Amino acid sequence: MGKAKAAGARRKASGAPSGARRGPAKACPNPFEVKVNRQKFQILGRKTRHDVGLPGVSRARAIRKRTQTLLKEYKERDKSNVFRDKRFGEYNSNISAEEKMMKRFALEQQRHHEKKSIYNLNEDEELTHYGQSLADIEKHNDIVDSDSDVEERGTLSAELTASHFGGGSRLLHPKTFQQEGEEGEQPKSRKELIEELIAKSKQEKRERQAQREDALELTEKLDQDWKEIQTLLSHKTPKSENRDKKEKPKPDAYDMMVRELGFEMKAQPSNRMKTEEELAHEEQERLRKLEAERLRRMLGKDEDENFKKPKHMSADDLNDGFVLDKDDRRLLSYKDGKMNVEEDVQEEQRQEASGDKSEEDESEGSSGEDPEESDGPESHSDLASDVESEEENEKPEKEHQSPGKASITRGQKARNAASTELPYTFAAPESYEELRSLLSGRSMEEQLLVVERIQKCNHPSLAVGNKAKLEKLFGFLLEYVGDLATDDPPDLRVIDKLVVQLYSLCQMFPESASDSVKFVLRDAMHEMEEMIENKGRAALPGLDVLIYLKIVGLLFPTSDFWHPVVTPALVCMSQLLTKCPVLSLQDVVKGLFVCCLFLEYVSLSQRFIPELVNYILGILYMATPNKQSQGYALVHPFRARGKNSELLLVSDREDVATWQRSSLSLRWASGLRTQTATEANHIRLSCVAVGLSLLKHCVLMYSTLPSFHAITTPLRALLTEHLVDCSHPRELQELSQSILTEMENQKQLHRPLTCEKSKPVPLKLFTPRLVKVLEFGKKQGSSKEEQERKKLIHKHKREFKGAVREIRKDNQFLARMQLSEIMERDAERKRKVRQLFNSLATQEGEWKALKRKKFKK
Amino acid sequence: MEREPGPEGARRALGRWLEAVLASRGQANAVFDILAVLQSEDQEEVREAVRTCSRLFGALLERGELFVGQLPSEETVMAGSRGAMRKYQVWMRHRYHSCCNRLGELLAHSSFQVKELALSTLMKFVQLEGTHPLEKPKWEGNYLFPRKLFKVVLGGLLSPEEDHSLLLSQFREHLEYDDIRYHTMQAAADALARVADRDPEVSLTFWNNAFTLLSAVSLPRQGRNLSNFYVPRSGPSDKWKVAHLRVPVFLGGCTLTGRAPQLPLSLYKKVLVITHDAILPHMAQPTLLIDFLSSAYDLGGAVSLLALNGLFVLMHKHNLEYPDFYRKLYGLLDPSIFHVKYRARFFHLADLFLSSSHLPAYLVAAFAKRLARLALTAPPEALLMVLPFICNLLRRHPACRVLVHRPQGPELDADPYDPAEEDPAKSRALESCLWELQALQRHYHPEVSKAASVINQVLSVPEVSIAPLLELTAYELFEQDLNKGPRPVPLEFVPAQGLLGRQDDLCTQHFTLS
Repeated sequence: MGKAKAAGARRKASGAPSGARRGPAKACPNPFEVKVNRQKFQILGRKTRHDVGLPGVSRARAIRKRTQTLLKEYKERDKSNVFRDKRFGEYNSNISAEEKMMKRFALEQQRHHEKKSIYNLNEDEELTHYGQSLADIEKHNDIVDSDSDVEERGTLSAELTASHFGGGSRLLHPKTFQQEGEEGEQPKSRKELIEELIAKSKQEKRERQAQREDALELTEKLDQDWKEIQTLLSHKTPKSENRDKKEKPKPDAYDMMVRELGFEMKAQPSNRMKTEEELAHEEQERLRKLEAERLRRMLGKDEDENFKKPKHMSADDLNDGFVLDKDDRRLLSYKDGKMNVEEDVQEEQRQEASGDKSEEDESEGSSGEDPEESDGPESHSDLASDVESEEENEKPEKEHQSPGKASITRGQKARNAASTELPYTFAAPESYEELRSLLSGRSMEEQLLVVERIQKCNHPSLAVGNKAKLEKLFGFLLEYVGDLATDDPPDLRVIDKLVVQLYSLCQMFPESASDSVKFVLRDAMHEMEEMIENKGRAALPGLDVLIYLKIVGLLFPTSDFWHPVVTPALVCMSQLLTKCPVLSLQDVVKGLFVCCLFLEYVSLSQRFIPELVNYILGILYMATPNKQSQGYALVHPFRARGKNSELLLVSDREDVATWQRSSLSLRWASGLRTQTATEANHIRLSCVAVGLSLLKHCVLMYSTLPSFHAITTPLRALLTEHLVDCSHPRELQELSQSILTEMENQKQLHRPLTCEKSKPVPLKLFTPRLVKVLEFGKKQGSSKEEQERKKLIHKHKREFKGAVREIRKDNQFLARMQLSEIMERDAERKRKVRQLFNSLATQEGEWKALKRKKFKK
Repeated sequence: MEREPGPEGARRALGRWLEAVLASRGQANAVFDILAVLQSEDQEEVREAVRTCSRLFGALLERGELFVGQLPSEETVMAGSRGAMRKYQVWMRHRYHSCCNRLGELLAHSSFQVKELALSTLMKFVQLEGTHPLEKPKWEGNYLFPRKLFKVVLGGLLSPEEDHSLLLSQFREHLEYDDIRYHTMQAAADALARVADRDPEVSLTFWNNAFTLLSAVSLPRQGRNLSNFYVPRSGPSDKWKVAHLRVPVFLGGCTLTGRAPQLPLSLYKKVLVITHDAILPHMAQPTLLIDFLSSAYDLGGAVSLLALNGLFVLMHKHNLEYPDFYRKLYGLLDPSIFHVKYRARFFHLADLFLSSSHLPAYLVAAFAKRLARLALTAPPEALLMVLPFICNLLRRHPACRVLVHRPQGPELDADPYDPAEEDPAKSRALESCLWELQALQRHYHPEVSKAASVINQVLSVPEVSIAPLLELTAYELFEQDLNKGPRPVPLEFVPAQGLLGRQDDLCTQHFTLS
């Protein structure tokens, strides 16, 4: 009982996992073949792999396989016959199957032909197509009406089916059968029936053919008739021409239109037109995004990890400034019930009217000036023209951008002159001298046009080398701007316009543009450094350097925490403010311009500039009479006492009275040839005014700085002194008064500093290190490579063992086979020997019997 | 004797005369002709004559045809009835004497080539006279240096009218010899004393010459045996120890330094620059410089900065006790400190002075606060140095950390620190905080901003070495920024409209193009 129970339990235990493992594929193995490895103890978490097996089945499989392979080999071991496949290209994998077949066919044909041609002279080869003789096909090559043919070929006639396949049809067509039965009196035999059927179908076929021929004849006739009439119909075309082109009738205008419409690009379904609000919203979104990015850079966060490109670039991008998603076509849109014709179109037309067509229009699309179409943030074109929709100053900009064109349209003479003089295409200049020779001697409008045309003729999307050319152009333009600024008098209006071109070029090639700007800055700094080394101080550089600095501020974002161009520029300005002494009124103008630039650079980031405060202090000091002052100290390059320490002091009462506030001119920075003493005094006062208003700007900006009072103490002392001295005009006094009150009003609490709490360093602990065991049976605590290696070694070992086992089994199998062979042979021999013995025994017996008989006799 | 005009002719004539004089004593009168050419206007001729003189008297000195001993006057010898040989020697010695005088005058010649030639000739005579002395030695083996001749040379070099820096640099190669050095120092000290005594207003060029000469004398290290002599000599050289050289150094140094108040400012600075390593170590009694240095320290400005170095050596090595030293050092800190040329030197020393951990906390706090205040007016390259400097102070003196970390402090209305107070003890710096550094965290230069942000965290323990930052210039900073390697270049997204920018920009408000 107990034993039976245990057996039953075992079977149950074994049945479940094996069933679970094999799944439904082998649902129920023979229970007598199953071998179960019983486990003594159940261990949690251990995977059991070899608890159930089918030894008999697998052994049988192995033996079968060996008999199929090894045994065969063994039996054929001494045979040298080889089966060779001599079909063409059977083992050549280079040739495709089709090709192989073709070649084989060709070879076969050749063989065939050669053999035949020797003895058989008459027989020509018959060409076939789809198994049909080509000669046959040629015979009735007339066009077959495909439609009817297909119909008839596809379905067999009812009679045919009935006769061929019999059965069932009687039910379907009893009537026909009856008819036939009535006609033929006696039922016809099957053979007769079939013959009749064949005859019938043949007749039908013949009839159909005749009909078709008739139809063909008729159409041909009709065609001919039409051709005769056609000459009469086409009266529009002149007769002579008509005769020439008799075969090819001239396409009709209508036809052409239809064709054209057919081939023309169909209007593709585009996105819904965006409404005004949506556009505005999108624009806002884009600006917000850019602003956020700027802020991030300003704070200097993730400065180092942020190495990715600021804008998306496709892998296929050639970096030539060509933007694919820019669609040239204008979408038709309506606005207030009227067709929405964009302004550019008109402008373009105006341009066309003014004489410059060709390239401008072509490149208009790619250089991109239409504000409405570009909506992707990647496209640079909207960078060039984005703010208009948001800001109100659209009009002035329009004026800015097309003054040249406008003036051309305005003045008839000027237009004529320009159109006769200026060629439409320009090769990009290879050297600075070339550019200079192109531009020198021309009016401002013409210079702008020339630069614009160079840029357009050499757009990177037009030819391969254009990118490098335009990159060079940026450097040359920069140099040209510097030259213009050093001219006497400086041509500032041209620079003012060229800045726009520089901006657009910079947007196209930021890297090279930054390189050339850096080069220019390095040059200026180097010059200054040399001067400082030789003399200990340097003169303020010319207007060109100041203009470069200004351009840097226009081309690059100045609020970044670190910027490859702007940061050096800042250092450069700091040098200008700390190392260059102020020797003349001209220097004052330059210095104030640098201050202004400096403030503009930090206007967004609100950063602190110690040099600037010092400088303004120095400038204002120059406007006061020298006296022993308390509460402030002047810093280099200013001196409390010296030749220029009263440079800005105006003592003439009359000049003070007549002064009116005006902005400083940049021309004064390059050369100040004065003028009367009154004018000089007025300039002095203007400088003081600018200094004061810059100071006010500073005070407002830095009011949140923690040590604001420490910064402004010297300024406050100086300003109170300033005020006491009442020789200044009223306006200036009011200004300084307001600055003073601004300073006083800033009451700030001094909150003691505290460091940020840092994480306390943990004590060293001596508890054992715990390692989490993730999987049992696996080797822990080694690196990934080590594990991988161990795994490989293990696998190799297992495979090696398996291979040895297999070989051993092969040998055993072979030995078994040999043994059985030997046994068989032995048995045979035994049998034969016994047979011989038998026959010999009988022979002997017979012989003995004979002998006995004889003996008896 | 007649001669052809022009330098070529002069050369040929001089050669002839030279041969004649050297060949026979009867032709000795040709010396006058040679000396006459020495007076010529043409520099070519003068040079030829100097060369001839050099050969002539060189040969005569070697032959011993010059009179040895105390030189009697020419007339008495000529009139006397001594032997012709003696007459000739005396007479020739007189010619030699006048030639040397003329050569000394030529040191002030307008042409540098002539000056150079005259100098080298004179030095050759000095050497020859040393080997063939013109004075009788008092005892055998005595060493005789031609002092008189050498004095003529130095007198020519230290001219009050002309700047001889080029010639002095030529002279420098002779200063490698120990005896020349010794005698130079002695003669120069004499000359200085004489000139300074004679009249109080001494020209600037004289001081410059003296300074160039004295600063060129590099003194040997203690204990080295002196063996390098210009005038070759035999016999024991034990007495020639470095100690012998000391006295004149002191003389020269003291004469210079004693005259300090009279010195022009630029020279004053120059002297101070070399004081600590060229003068002080070689003085037998360095404490004699105390007056000089402390008066310089009291002068204020750049001069006091420079005096610091010497004072430091005195305090460090010679136990000088200087009352109020730190107070004065504190007083030296003013806004110009970041702009002067000697910034690196000053901060190097200040770092040394403040490196002691025994300084009181109030003092260190006052220094830190003062420096932070001054940092509000400093250019970026100085800020990059002074910010780690302040942080180092805080690291060294944990008691001063309240300046950046005061967790339970009350909020204050104003900064308790008094910048005008001269005494660091009364400046109330310990009650204050370094808000200036907080302001500088918003500095426009990223590196400065980073350096100032260090105080936001607890200061790390190891000090930051400021040595590489001391010499940082703005130009280097600029180059560093430029060469920071390829980075993406962000672009301005607001399009440019014109040079001055938009309507509301600052430039447009204050400047016009026309």
